[in-house]
Amino acid sequence: MYRYDEFDHAFVRERVAEFKDQVERRLSGALTEEEFRPLRLRNGLYLQLHAYMLRIAIPYGVLSPRQLRQLAMIGRRFDRGYGHFTTRQNLQFNWVKLVDIPDVLAALAEVGMHCIQTSGNCVRNTTSDPFAAAANDELEDPRPWCEMLRQWSMLHPEFNWLPRKFKIAVSGAAEDRAATAFHDIGLRIVRGPDGENGFRVLVGGGMGRTPYVGQEIRPFLKKEHLLSYVESILRVYNLLGRRDNIYKARIKILVNQLGIDTFREAVEADWEATHKSAVDLPEDEQRRILSYFAPPDLPPQPARDEKVGARRETDPAFANWYKHNVLAHRVPGYSSVVISLKEPGRTPGDASSDAMDLVADLAERFSQDELRVSYTQNLILPHVAIADIPALYDALAGADLATGNNELLGDMICCPGLDYCNLANARSIPIAKEIAKRFEDPARQEVIGQLRLNMSGCINACGHHHSGNIGILGVDKKGTELYQITLGGNPKDDASVGSIIGPGFRAEAVPDVIDTIVNTYLENRDEGESFLDTWRRVGAPPFKEALYGAR
Amino acid sequence: MPSVITANRLTDGIVVYLASDGEWTEQIAEARLADTDEEIKALEAEAEKAVQERLVISVYPMPIALNDGAVDPLSVRERIRAAHRTTLTKDWYDVPL
Repeated sequence: MYRYDEFDHAFVRERVAEFKDQVERRLSGALTEEEFRPLRLRNGLYLQLHAYMLRIAIPYGVLSPRQLRQLAMIGRRFDRGYGHFTTRQNLQFNWVKLVDIPDVLAALAEVGMHCIQTSGNCVRNTTSDPFAAAANDELEDPRPWCEMLRQWSMLHPEFNWLPRKFKIAVSGAAEDRAATAFHDIGLRIVRGPDGENGFRVLVGGGMGRTPYVGQEIRPFLKKEHLLSYVESILRVYNLLGRRDNIYKARIKILVNQLGIDTFREAVEADWEATHKSAVDLPEDEQRRILSYFAPPDLPPQPARDEKVGARRETDPAFANWYKHNVLAHRVPGYSSVVISLKEPGRTPGDASSDAMDLVADLAERFSQDELRVSYTQNLILPHVAIADIPALYDALAGADLATGNNELLGDMICCPGLDYCNLANARSIPIAKEIAKRFEDPARQEVIGQLRLNMSGCINACGHHHSGNIGILGVDKKGTELYQITLGGNPKDDASVGSIIGPGFRAEAVPDVIDTIVNTYLENRDEGESFLDTWRRVGAPPFKEALYGAR
Repeated sequence: MPSVITANRLTDGIVVYLASDGEWTEQIAEARLADTDEEIKALEAEAEKAVQERLVISVYPMPIALNDGAVDPLSVRERIRAAHRTTLTKDWYDVPL
């Protein structure tokens, strides 16, 4: 992974000192809250429902064991012993004190972490495939390009006061595991006409109150022009994006108002006029960054391990976990392991400090010191020898971290909702808990198969409800929490926004509603069909009939 | 409808209420009630002083109901704030806290 050089360290330390001074001036009265608020937000510090919330950037979801241990320490010493992994591969602490923030930021800086640009109308954390450099369907490792974007966007003087926040995702694999179509800019590494890799560039995707799937602005961009082209997109957006209405300020609105062709012309014209060599990274600098991401040395091993095979025969819980949470690796004899943070009964995406410490230890023991965070709010050990899987499983099971539900219904994405968030209109965590209870039986989830259920507690859609095969949106209707259901969303290739199926439901009805939807799918599905396949074939009528027929 | 004044404490962000003794309390039961618009305005003025003194931020008046003398914050949001915790309880449908 990328390691801070002297410049990076000095920059982050200076920033910590600067914010420490700003906090002191706030406490002494030299700054009013109005003056302080934009400063704290630039450092990832929000005021939420119960307390301050600190959002820590985990660049493209890559963490070292040392960093995760430091997060565990911060959770223990400065929070309530846990943190929340978010859909942007970040970590949030929910109960930090303003007076402790300078110490927390100093502790983060010690391990090369910070909270800069995790809030505000700037380029946010670039997200990526959590299986980068491990997946067997990967064309090229997306992380170096994410790192280049990170360094380029950090305190970029032209793009620090954009009309609205800006999110970029990069994927280098055949399967899109980074929801690139739902980002302001989505980058897919693809093979070009002359056999060279480059980027397919999508623009104007997003969730929120006006969801859009990103549109292709360029089918192929040479890799060396990544920064100059992204810069031209940002420039056109910065100049033409609306600043008079917060709800119409994202790039997706601009792209859809102008039309993709007009937007493309504006970007290409700017790009042609750009002195590209001044913006694009020089080749030696590109090589320097690429060198940080050299894959670990994994000597190929036998693809089958007898002991693992025997355990799968005799231990159904292990077999179930193995089937869903142990994924194919590009090197024979290895796998990537998903550590589910979705054990029924707990808050999706939450991890205790003890769990973080354990996972850090396991990454050192079994995964070449590497760790990832997925946007679906799980942790991943990317490089585990198959022979080590039983020992890893036993260690995880002992800490209730071996739930075998990766990509199944129980693997819900869930925002903090009204239990924590100042913007939320309804709770999402208790609903997730009730649904998890309803579908607790692994055999039932097995029958249902892969199904993405996403839930948000308000229209801002942090819980990605628009892209859920089943989406749940919490709204407030005259003081009552009501839940609107969308069906048919898809975050992957052939991405789609879910359709609202009908009037919303009260909280207590939601588990039954999900049950009905799942049963309707099972009754209608043809052999081998996923939920999405069935939905796209049969459409809304059978689901509407099942949900509202009796009304 | 009676109201209380709520805010977040500056130093740690914790939810507080303006109490009868003029202090800020974490317990909604100790919050001072205002019955009329004039009383609410008077409490708001007092709270504004606390903002100037850097005790609290994000101040607002909040309507409540009195059930057998107990303060009911009315909305789900305010019940959660008043409880100082999340609602992962098994009987969460009616928002008992």
